[in-house]
Amino acid sequence: MESLMAVAIGVLFAAAIYMMLRRSIVKLVIGLMLLSNAANLLIFAMAGMVRGAPPLVPEGLSAPAAAVADPLPQALVLTAIVIAFGVLSFAVVLVRRAWEVVRADDLDRMKDTDT
Amino acid sequence: MQLAILAGFVAAGLAPLLHRWFGAKTPLLMAVLPAAFAVWLATLWPSLADGKSLLLEWAWVPGLDITLTFLIDGLSWLFAMLITVIGALVLVYTGEYLKGERDLPRFLVVITAFMMSMLGLVLADNLVALFVFWELTSITSYLLIGFHHTDPVARKSAQQGLFVTVGGGLALLAGFVMLAQAGDSWSLAVLTERGEQLTGHALYTPLLICVLIGAFTKSAQFPFHFWLPNAMAAPTPVSAYLHSATMVKAGVYLLARLHPALGGTEPWEMTLSLVGAVTMLTGAFLAIRNTNIKKLLAYSTVMALGTLTMLLGIGTEGALIAFVTFLLAHSLYKGALFMVAGILDHETGTKDVTAMGGLWRVMPRTALVACVASLSLAGLPPLLGFIGKELMLTSVLATDHYGGLILLLAFTGAFLTLAVAAIVALKPFFGLRRDTPNTPHESPAGMLVGPALLAVLSLLFGLAPGMLDSLVETTVSGLGVVEPGVHLTLWHGINLPLLLSVASLVLGSLVFRYWDGIRGRLALLDPLIHRGPEHGYEMLMAGMVRFAEWQTRFLQNGYVRNYLVMTLLVLLGLVGHALLVRHPLEIGFSVDAYFHEVVVAGLMIAGALASCVMRSRLAAVAAVGIMGFSIALIFVLFSAPDLAITQLLVETLTVVLLVLVLFRLPRFATLSTPKERWRDLVVAGSFGTLMTLLMLSVLNGDQLSRISDYMVSNSQPLGHGHNIVNVILVDFRALDTLGEMFVLALASIGVHAMLRFHAAEHDASHGLSGRREDHG
Amino acid sequence: MVRSGTLILNVAARLLLPLQLLFSVFLLLRGHDEPGGGFIAGLVASGAFTLYFFAYGRNALGEMLKVSPRDLVAMGLLFGMLSTLPAWWAGEPFFTAQWWTVPVLGIKASTPLIFDIGVYLAVVGSVLTAITALIDTDHVDESGD
Repeated sequence: MESLMAVAIGVLFAAAIYMMLRRSIVKLVIGLMLLSNAANLLIFAMAGMVRGAPPLVPEGLSAPAAAVADPLPQALVLTAIVIAFGVLSFAVVLVRRAWEVVRADDLDRMKDTDT
Repeated sequence: MQLAILAGFVAAGLAPLLHRWFGAKTPLLMAVLPAAFAVWLATLWPSLADGKSLLLEWAWVPGLDITLTFLIDGLSWLFAMLITVIGALVLVYTGEYLKGERDLPRFLVVITAFMMSMLGLVLADNLVALFVFWELTSITSYLLIGFHHTDPVARKSAQQGLFVTVGGGLALLAGFVMLAQAGDSWSLAVLTERGEQLTGHALYTPLLICVLIGAFTKSAQFPFHFWLPNAMAAPTPVSAYLHSATMVKAGVYLLARLHPALGGTEPWEMTLSLVGAVTMLTGAFLAIRNTNIKKLLAYSTVMALGTLTMLLGIGTEGALIAFVTFLLAHSLYKGALFMVAGILDHETGTKDVTAMGGLWRVMPRTALVACVASLSLAGLPPLLGFIGKELMLTSVLATDHYGGLILLLAFTGAFLTLAVAAIVALKPFFGLRRDTPNTPHESPAGMLVGPALLAVLSLLFGLAPGMLDSLVETTVSGLGVVEPGVHLTLWHGINLPLLLSVASLVLGSLVFRYWDGIRGRLALLDPLIHRGPEHGYEMLMAGMVRFAEWQTRFLQNGYVRNYLVMTLLVLLGLVGHALLVRHPLEIGFSVDAYFHEVVVAGLMIAGALASCVMRSRLAAVAAVGIMGFSIALIFVLFSAPDLAITQLLVETLTVVLLVLVLFRLPRFATLSTPKERWRDLVVAGSFGTLMTLLMLSVLNGDQLSRISDYMVSNSQPLGHGHNIVNVILVDFRALDTLGEMFVLALASIGVHAMLRFHAAEHDASHGLSGRREDHG
Repeated sequence: MVRSGTLILNVAARLLLPLQLLFSVFLLLRGHDEPGGGFIAGLVASGAFTLYFFAYGRNALGEMLKVSPRDLVAMGLLFGMLSTLPAWWAGEPFFTAQWWTVPVLGIKASTPLIFDIGVYLAVVGSVLTAITALIDTDHVDESGD
């Protein structure tokens, strides 16, 4: 499954970069979302993907009896998802404000700092 | 003690509050702090005099071997005593000098913080702690030089002082790291006992260079001397305290402290004695060009710092005794003279000595203090300065490194200093009475008590130098001299140093007599001086600004696309190189997936691609949503319940956000040409391929040992939790999570700020100030 | 742009809000042992408030919350920081988890729990800040244009 995911993640990254290179800022925001998802998946999949063994310690035991999925990348990704949301909300408000000031969706028309 | 210093920083922060309650009396109140430290230090003296040194241990970052341990021996005791006693006097002086100053609280905050940093610097035993305090003194000095921040000259001088000392600080940090490597310890007390190991180490030369640059910039040695006279833009109490008695001596302190560890070698002795002697001459020579009393004193401080460095370079027992004596003498008379200069400036409204004259009639007490302190500066009996200078000349005569050259430089420095002393003492107070911008009066007692006490000490120690024997002896033994026999006397009999003193008296008097003429002649040298180190500094700064402008224009051209492409290409190049060239690429491709997993992954890819090609905004958002939910499903299928829940919730909230924004924006339009799209497609495609290859090669590579094994097996026993992911978040790696909370908070602040400015602009333009309720 | 919602939305929001909040607290408390925790619970609570907000508007939400979302963020950070201190009291390095047994309810009281509450508040606060900010610009626009 990991090999398959590697290809899928590559596609996600490519799509994200393509969108971020567009001139429309809305597309830039969509690209940002794709990028953060791609990065999360990358970290998650790189640690190895395990079926049906969540990193939980069964009641009454001090450690899981069998091997479980790696909890550390999960913890990393969990915070990353929430932070990506925080960043997205910032970007979205920024886009809103930029639109109100410049009245343009075109990044190339936001080149000058004095508008 | 460590707690006391930290409490001192807190007290510094409380100064504005105290000022609200006690008003103009606050400086006097703050003076209690250093005075208390001085008393405490005094109680330690008996045990130090017995040859014991005190090690107050305090762990700071035990994992990195960084401690806040304090080492109190003769050397640090002497410096700490100077810092606290002169500090208390300066604060008392400040009370009068800055009376009615609106920014007095700010001044008190910074100078008290400086005082504590300086104490920490001289007491610290750990190199890292010493460095932290070192940088703190640079920063507080910056704030104090730029105290009158509306004055562009003060700002520029402050910046110059900061750049030079902090630039040296960077070198010092590198030097300290090498020092710790070579000596296997961060502790000064240990390092000073490993002199042979250090001087024989392969890193000795580079670490010596770095440490010396740090010390030389701080102590204004040639060619870094230029920042110190410019620092005179600071209020006078600062000049008296930081830029003569304490901070600039930090470099000298460090050299003295490291003398047993790094000294005794050819490079050390040569560099120190030559740089010191050249600094001496430069300082003395530049001093007599000036008529500004503060600059005169500043350059003579440069000269004194040069003397101290030179004495350390000579490094014999006699030279070290001279070092300690000269250091003490200089701190006493220079502190006093700066305060007198402040009084003159305060009363007459000018700093130009040629514009003053005959002031002894109106301010006799100030004149007396000035004369006593100047006699010590001049090195005339019966003052401590005389003993210091005699000892200095004696040890210079005994040195064999470039003995003749150094003697010449030292002698020239001595008689020029004498001329400076005469100028400072005689020009303002004697001769014809001149009109000055303000009508002078005798200075208030609060301003006179500090300089008077320091002058009296200079005289007292000069008349009865035996009082200092045990102090000098204890200090010198801290410099690595075994069993020093110190016996200071005023009268050494008629010998060569005395004859040299007499000669310098004659020559110095001549210089003073023909000062105006000499100044005129020296003006011819101005073009040369303008091409000196300060010019180099300015060229460097201008070059840096030009470089910054160039690279900003080149890199920050305003097109987001270009930034991205550039970053991506660099990444592609570096990672691609590492992946394909440095390591042979090994890829194992195996498809062991169930049908439903392939479907979910396909759905995810379809969603991502669809979001790129959709022409409708709603469809694009929906496509991103499909991708997000597919990812959540992947998390479900591959044992990450927490992630799946989080992803689902975030996807939902994201849709809300996008719906709120996107439909306020115009529809998608095709803005780029087909050629641009192809170019972007190539960049995006190659980056995607790179990531795929990267991941495949990681999967194929050796599995590194998983740090999470520890977390899995200890989650329940140590973290008392069954959900390992949550235990990592709130316990094992809680500090990271805390940082992430701050990121969230930062994003909120950004959002709020944009909203707030928006509302303010809006209200201003539409006159709707009453309409929006403030939800603060 | 955000109008008060339909009848169904209004009723649903009013009924669901307490349930959702209760559920979020449940997720928060059980988070140490089963899937859940501060981040997830915070997101659930933000979802609940957002729903309420779509139904009744910004002012109603403000009245119900009593504090501004930004203050929630600040409180979250404060909780996070405070949870680091008891370790000092016990003479252990900064941030070491401390555990106390509370006889009632069988809940484990601990600094990680306090920390998780901080996470919860910070998440709720920052999500609501973003959403109310966007709504507010809407209101300003409508009143102005």
